[in-house]
Amino acid sequence: MINDLLVSVMLVAGTFFMFLAGIGVLRMPDLLMRMHATTKAGTLGAGLVMLAVATHFLDAGVTARTLAIILFILLTAPVAAHAIGRAAYFVGVPLWDKMLKDDLKHRYDPDTHILGNPDDDKHP
Amino acid sequence: MSPLSWNLILALIWAAVTSNFSGANLLVGFVLGYLILGFALRDVPDFARYRKKVPGLFLLLGHFLRDLVVSNLRVAYDVLTPTHYMRPAVVAVPLRAKTDGAITILANMISLTPGTLSLDVSSDRSVLYLHVMYLDNEDDLREQIRKLEDRVLALLE
Repeated sequence: MINDLLVSVMLVAGTFFMFLAGIGVLRMPDLLMRMHATTKAGTLGAGLVMLAVATHFLDAGVTARTLAIILFILLTAPVAAHAIGRAAYFVGVPLWDKMLKDDLKHRYDPDTHILGNPDDDKHP
Repeated sequence: MSPLSWNLILALIWAAVTSNFSGANLLVGFVLGYLILGFALRDVPDFARYRKKVPGLFLLLGHFLRDLVVSNLRVAYDVLTPTHYMRPAVVAVPLRAKTDGAITILANMISLTPGTLSLDVSSDRSVLYLHVMYLDNEDDLREQIRKLEDRVLALLE
């Protein structure tokens, strides 16, 4: 009874967050912010659904597999977000015009592939 | 062998002796092994350090899960309400972690916590470039990253 309730709550919350990730992709103004919406909400949503599966079956084999799935989602989602975000930034995908500041601008040298740091300005 | 592998072996032995390889029983074995190693080998430097690391790992996990939920609620609010409250920026944050492993773990945790996404590391590894969704105060952000970095470094060194 309590178990079923827990499973339902986690499933609803999990699907809700994945739904949010989808809406976020549509509504966010630029690519980097879309990555924010999909990585975080997607990770939490998939994680909650997996926890619900583990709670429903209460079986060592299923639990081990769900924990492995959660672990791999946590490992891969941020790496993918980083790779896509970085590639998009350096390729020159337009960013939202209301950005407050951009420390990374003009730091990357596409010929030498060297990425500088803000100290370069002090010792040119 | 590292203290962690000793602890895992003790957990396996416990599971074998009680002839129950369920996840819960392996966890019991791990906790028992941890207590025994922490007590019996408290004079061996490697094991003394290990004893302090395990609670740190769980603290890190706890903070990480809390941050994950908080960040999601904030993004959720922004996605669902018509006005955009975002104050995005790309910020350079000083980096103290020098090894590949530490930088990778830190960058991944940053990508999964409140409104921050790691973009790149400068070639000399002195600076981490982050995309921030809500830049309220840059010093607070640096402080927050510094604390996270402290926890990661405490675990790995």
